[in-house]
Amino acid sequence: MTLRLYIPADAGALAVGADEVATAIASAAARQNVAPDIVRTGSRGLYWLEPMIEVETPAGRVAYGPVAPSDAEGVMRAVLGNGAHPLHLGPTEEIPWLKRQTRLTFARCGIIDPRSLADYRAHSGGKGLERALSLGPAATIEEVLQSGLRGRGGAGFPTGIKWRTAAQTPPQQKYIVCNADEGDSGTFADRMIMEGDPFVLIEGMVIAGIAVGATKGYVYTRSEYPHAVAAMEAAIVAARHGGLLGERIAGSSFSFDLEVRVGAGAYVCGEETSLLDSLEGKRGLVRAKPPLPAHQGLFGRPTIINNVLSLASVPIILDKGAAFYRDFGMGKSRGTMPIQLAGNIKYGGLFETAFGVTLGELVDDIGGGTRSGRPVRAAQVGGPLGAYFPRALFDTPFDYEAFAARDGLIGHGGVVVFDDSVDMAKQARFAMEFCAIESCGKCTPCRVGSTRGMEVIDRIVRGEERAANTALLEDLCNTLKFGSLCALGGFTPYPVMSALTHFPEDFGAPPRLQAAE
Amino acid sequence: MQLGISTHRYRPWDKDIALVRIREHLHREGPLLPILHALLEEFGYIDEAAEPLIAEELNITRAEVHGVITFYHDFRREPAGRHVLKLCRAEACQAAGGDPLAEHAEARLGVPMGSTAPDGSVTLEPVYCLGLCAVAPSAMLDGRVVARLDRGRLDALLTEAQR
Repeated sequence: MTLRLYIPADAGALAVGADEVATAIASAAARQNVAPDIVRTGSRGLYWLEPMIEVETPAGRVAYGPVAPSDAEGVMRAVLGNGAHPLHLGPTEEIPWLKRQTRLTFARCGIIDPRSLADYRAHSGGKGLERALSLGPAATIEEVLQSGLRGRGGAGFPTGIKWRTAAQTPPQQKYIVCNADEGDSGTFADRMIMEGDPFVLIEGMVIAGIAVGATKGYVYTRSEYPHAVAAMEAAIVAARHGGLLGERIAGSSFSFDLEVRVGAGAYVCGEETSLLDSLEGKRGLVRAKPPLPAHQGLFGRPTIINNVLSLASVPIILDKGAAFYRDFGMGKSRGTMPIQLAGNIKYGGLFETAFGVTLGELVDDIGGGTRSGRPVRAAQVGGPLGAYFPRALFDTPFDYEAFAARDGLIGHGGVVVFDDSVDMAKQARFAMEFCAIESCGKCTPCRVGSTRGMEVIDRIVRGEERAANTALLEDLCNTLKFGSLCALGGFTPYPVMSALTHFPEDFGAPPRLQAAE
Repeated sequence: MQLGISTHRYRPWDKDIALVRIREHLHREGPLLPILHALLEEFGYIDEAAEPLIAEELNITRAEVHGVITFYHDFRREPAGRHVLKLCRAEACQAAGGDPLAEHAEARLGVPMGSTAPDGSVTLEPVYCLGLCAVAPSAMLDGRVVARLDRGRLDALLTEAQR
């Protein structure tokens, strides 16, 4: 039997030397007279262990990591011998960090060869589409509605309602657009799916197309993600050859094709209407709603625009049924959320779990605290537009409503951990600066307010009329929050106000009493 | 295997080649961004002379083309240095010590973020998130991603870029 090894080609693994390790492993194997079959996979998401290599054994895959090129000789000897090695991690599935997850959307990521449709199908890929075809469009939409799936891009709008709205428009050219413009710092789940299991996204988009009567789809992703672009393009070619895209999909009467489009470094294009303008070849300006994209979206046609994770969750919902998915989670947040642990964190990576886990569990227990070893001071949840939570709020459960009730948001599921060396006034200023750099310029609160916000924070930090300027900043944040057209201006107040509220001492004010919590 | 990496040298601006690259995309829906990416890939920047060509081919105004080019950070209007080093400046990298690394890169190259070293070797640019946030801080040198940056790894990258 050929020895089979799995080495990630995920950008996060490549960035820490996965290619060099693959080369070193191949030469070490040659020196030991074996020619292993090396499969390049996505990442399992245990990034502190990357590059992590896996070996196929009769008892399942066994992992080693983090492997450096200089470890290759020893690791290969262990692989061919009794397995003993300081980097030996045991059976991959038994690694506690992985074992305690509920991997539904990420069921195959890091396991399959992302360029092989056959491998995808061998790991239950395609079953969601099969069921959707047997159910028909109306029942497919009902299934997505009943699953409770909400938009994983950040807004949390029920996916099934978007679908139903577009399905109810008269037959015409309709579009499925995948929002893969994952610009939030601290998030990388979309990238991992595109690089590690691109077929699940394609399958989700095909199901959406069948459900609403659309024949054309676009994946709009980022120029900062060249590896994801290449992986998606390769998968689309394979899907066309394998009958997952094209005319008469899986022998049905439905046709659907897909194209990857690459953005050009504008954060605001992650906002759905700005993304549509960008796809049309325009400046990425935000559109006023209504009309909803489901009525008049891309080129004025009915368009479903969903995040990568929403679309990639659709196949398993169809395959296992709405009830299976809905049974995970809490309150109105159903199913699982691929949470991304990032920043100054000891065990960073992709942790998919049912809604309801607390922020404290994520940061301290699962994440292991900071990588610097210093105390955790704050966690920013939900990207650059998300709030900074102090330790006092670490009991907040991961749930759309629970975060909103504490003036925060879960966004796309990114958690960025900061240690006690962070200057929260600087972070608040950065939020305004980022908004100023990335504002599309269409509405005044965002375009002008962000620059004025930087200036006011500077005055507060310099101690100029602190009380008056703090009141002015609060007032400005209210203007941004209620007067902006989209979430860029509308949510920039979250990081600013949370920093000011929870960490006033960094703005030169007396520390907030913990008892007031 | 390194996917999506462009390490080739760029051509000097050439109107005929530009027209060929523009026309390759005319059949697409919303062709302007794919056209601009193609020109960027060919020449390394968008020459001002491209604006009337694109406008003519797409039957839109030059102002519209100019507006799109200037909206997006990627579409540089001057040639970059021989290498482009993008340092991630977003929150996850800030949390992991990215700020002092950015200052070090600026000091060593003697230019602020967003400009090219005087010898034309490298353009230093900020990027707002490479999606490598669990292995922060991160950078991209001509399309090659590098993470878990520290002073030593950054110096090695800068040395490579300045060669």
